[in-house]
Amino acid sequence: MENLFDLEEKNIDLAWCPGCGNFGILQALKRAFTELEIKSESLVVVSGIGQAAKTPQYFKTNMFNGLHGRALPVATAIKACNPELTVIAEGGDGDMYGEGGNHFLHAIRRNPNLTNIVHNNMVYGLTKGQASPTSQLGFKTPVQVNGVFLEPFNPLAVAIALNASFVARAFIGDLEQTIEIFKEAIKHKGYALVDIFQPCVSFNKLNTHSWFKEKTFYLKGHDPSDRLAAFEQSIQTEKLPLGIFYKHPGKKTFEEGIKAYEVDKTPIINRMLDREKLRKLIKAKR
Amino acid sequence: MVKSDNKKIYPDKGKQMISLVICGEAGRGIQTVEMLLTRIFKLGGLNVFATKEYMSRVRGGSNSTQIIISSKKVLAPLSRIDILVPLDKLALPHLKKRIGKNTIILGEKEKILPEGEILDVPFTKIAEEIGNPIFANIVAVGLIAAIFRINQQIPLEYTRKHFLAKGEKIVQGNMIAIKKGYELASDLRKIESIAQLSIPIPDPQQHIKEEIILNGAEAVSLGAISGGCHFISAYPMSPSTGVLTFLSQHAEEFNIIAEQAEDEISAINMALGAWYTGARGMVTTSGGGFALMQEGVSLAGMLEMPVVIHLAQRPGPATGLPTRTEQGDLELALYSGHGEFPRIIYTPGGIQDLFYLTQRAFNLADEYQIPVIILTDEYLMDSYYNTAEFNLSKIKIEKYISKTKKDYRRYQLAKNGISERGIPGWGEGLVLVDSDEHDEQGRITEDLELRTKMVDKRLKKFKEIKKGEISPELIGNQEYDTLIVGWGSTYHIIKEALESLKEDKVSFLHFKQVYPLPSKTEDYLKKAKKVIMVENNATSQFSKLLKLYTGIEVAHEVLKYNGLPFFVDELIAQLEKII
Repeated sequence: MENLFDLEEKNIDLAWCPGCGNFGILQALKRAFTELEIKSESLVVVSGIGQAAKTPQYFKTNMFNGLHGRALPVATAIKACNPELTVIAEGGDGDMYGEGGNHFLHAIRRNPNLTNIVHNNMVYGLTKGQASPTSQLGFKTPVQVNGVFLEPFNPLAVAIALNASFVARAFIGDLEQTIEIFKEAIKHKGYALVDIFQPCVSFNKLNTHSWFKEKTFYLKGHDPSDRLAAFEQSIQTEKLPLGIFYKHPGKKTFEEGIKAYEVDKTPIINRMLDREKLRKLIKAKR
Repeated sequence: MVKSDNKKIYPDKGKQMISLVICGEAGRGIQTVEMLLTRIFKLGGLNVFATKEYMSRVRGGSNSTQIIISSKKVLAPLSRIDILVPLDKLALPHLKKRIGKNTIILGEKEKILPEGEILDVPFTKIAEEIGNPIFANIVAVGLIAAIFRINQQIPLEYTRKHFLAKGEKIVQGNMIAIKKGYELASDLRKIESIAQLSIPIPDPQQHIKEEIILNGAEAVSLGAISGGCHFISAYPMSPSTGVLTFLSQHAEEFNIIAEQAEDEISAINMALGAWYTGARGMVTTSGGGFALMQEGVSLAGMLEMPVVIHLAQRPGPATGLPTRTEQGDLELALYSGHGEFPRIIYTPGGIQDLFYLTQRAFNLADEYQIPVIILTDEYLMDSYYNTAEFNLSKIKIEKYISKTKKDYRRYQLAKNGISERGIPGWGEGLVLVDSDEHDEQGRITEDLELRTKMVDKRLKKFKEIKKGEISPELIGNQEYDTLIVGWGSTYHIIKEALESLKEDKVSFLHFKQVYPLPSKTEDYLKKAKKVIMVENNATSQFSKLLKLYTGIEVAHEVLKYNGLPFFVDELIAQLEKII
């Protein structure tokens, strides 16, 4: 299949280190969009700041590259104002779970119909090697000199606890499976979290490609509608499961909860002010 | 300047007015009394102005509402109290400094334990006779309406309408309460001081009955709807919440998405997301919340994304006095957001300004692709009065969105700095916006020559903004020696004071746009021998701004920062000392 998301400009200077997992994620996204026959013009990728958040710079899409940590509120509003757009909120573990942690919790509660893609390499890349919220216990950095002793943030368990409508984990070492998970997440109606393990070749010598490969396995015979089982899988630490943990397909989306869309599905941006109603409302203040 | 020998009395004879104050603890229905009385007076053909001061608590404490009833419009608070209705024992100590020897106190003696003279009116006893002590406040409403000779049918009809949803029993009780109030009044009128209380019903040419009556929060909200607002996101914070509430309640009717965000950071980022799609978004907040929005304001600057920010000031720093007023965040608004980028700051002076400037803010944000801040305060939000109905034929929603072509570039270097604004999904192009310094396409760049060009592009917009600037309004004689300067909510207060001062050579210059500072400012200031700044803050922030852009130092400052607005009578006394 032809990839419609490659930039026409050649020799783009990508800001990533050779061997970075971001290259694979970029590839997987472009293929998932192509296979789902999404058009660039109706796709919006919202990202924050960090190496992961640069991803939409490198393919054909509408892009809102905003502030560190703030992709989710922006993406939520974009989807609400124009539900005809396909909306992705993308960033790294520091961006989404650290700086944007509060938005992560409340985006799950709102359940906008968008896909939240989080590159999780368990370290800060752009600021050069400090711990991230998902860094493993004992991980030593120039700042965490004695090793991380804070409990690592568990995004999947948090999302399942909040009854998120779709929760999955992928590993970019397996491109084909990552594409399949992306496609399921994008097709899912409601908030969909895909946390993707990726190695950081420059700053994380602990959680390397081979570490992830050894540690991970795909969920088999797991029922994604079983929330308790999903939670149990999400808190495993010895071996780390991959795949779709939890799905709650019937959940009302944020857009569906907006009164203006109850009967009329026209995006609000295409609606005109009803001056007669306004006149009446003003007159009622007599 | 030669001073008049006659001691000036406020108000002058042509302007008959009564200052009525009701004071009691929170949660005991003062707001209902205020609501009913203002509407009843207005329907009765009198001008009303109401403002309140209240504590940051849900129950208890001492809150008061001032209602000024007048023949000619008076749109400013007074320190003086003509009639005081204390509802509990804390009321009199709370207002002690404002009670004069001519203040008539109407209340229940046993509830109040007064220090001074009081006209004992057993509101609760009468209410209990009707069947429920909750009718006590309504007896008071009836009594006050009757003292001012309002036709009894007006409170009866209005009260019926107001309580209709609560069922027939409550409605009937309230009707009896109103009637009892009228009966009480006929006795009280035998007392001379009460008999003298009357306001002649003004000339029907004033069309008071046809006017609308609303508070500042409602005026901002209606302005937003008229400006085509599709989206509001906010975190509740006094005194800005009224706008979120109003728009939420009318969201369905006007195709608005109203979302209570998890924090103010989310709120402004959502509003920027909304504008990106072509929707018109706003946030409403106060100082502390706006402080959290700073990075978002800066993002609007970098993305050249329109956004409308309603910033209702309250006294800071930090939590400060949550339910009180101040003009202390001018500098915060002025310097909000890191980096250099253009913005507009409007400072409405009253209900009409709040409506028309909020409406206009949406058009200008869209046209110039910049943040527009509407800087108000608690006093403006919580005051209301009758005013001319808004003229919708005067307003227009001006849209500035372009359909994109295949080679669309969001930040094309335009001559005047304003590039075409496309939106995703409309046209063949792609819309890229980036908080990093970016190229014309909207992609991240570290081309430093391009960086300079992009900064210049953003700042060029100042020139365009100047074209639509709102000049300050000069009130009084064009030829003046002394110029009183104010901005925002002090408009009517200073205007009232000026009228009463009757000094031929004193004029008042009011700014409803403080930034960019309007071009004529310097000329106005230079003409004056003496400039007096009146501001509701401690450091005279606007004087500093004037000095920065005109080099002129303001010699006299009248400042108030105890959390209350200026009172006209108090301001007159302060100005007299300087003039």
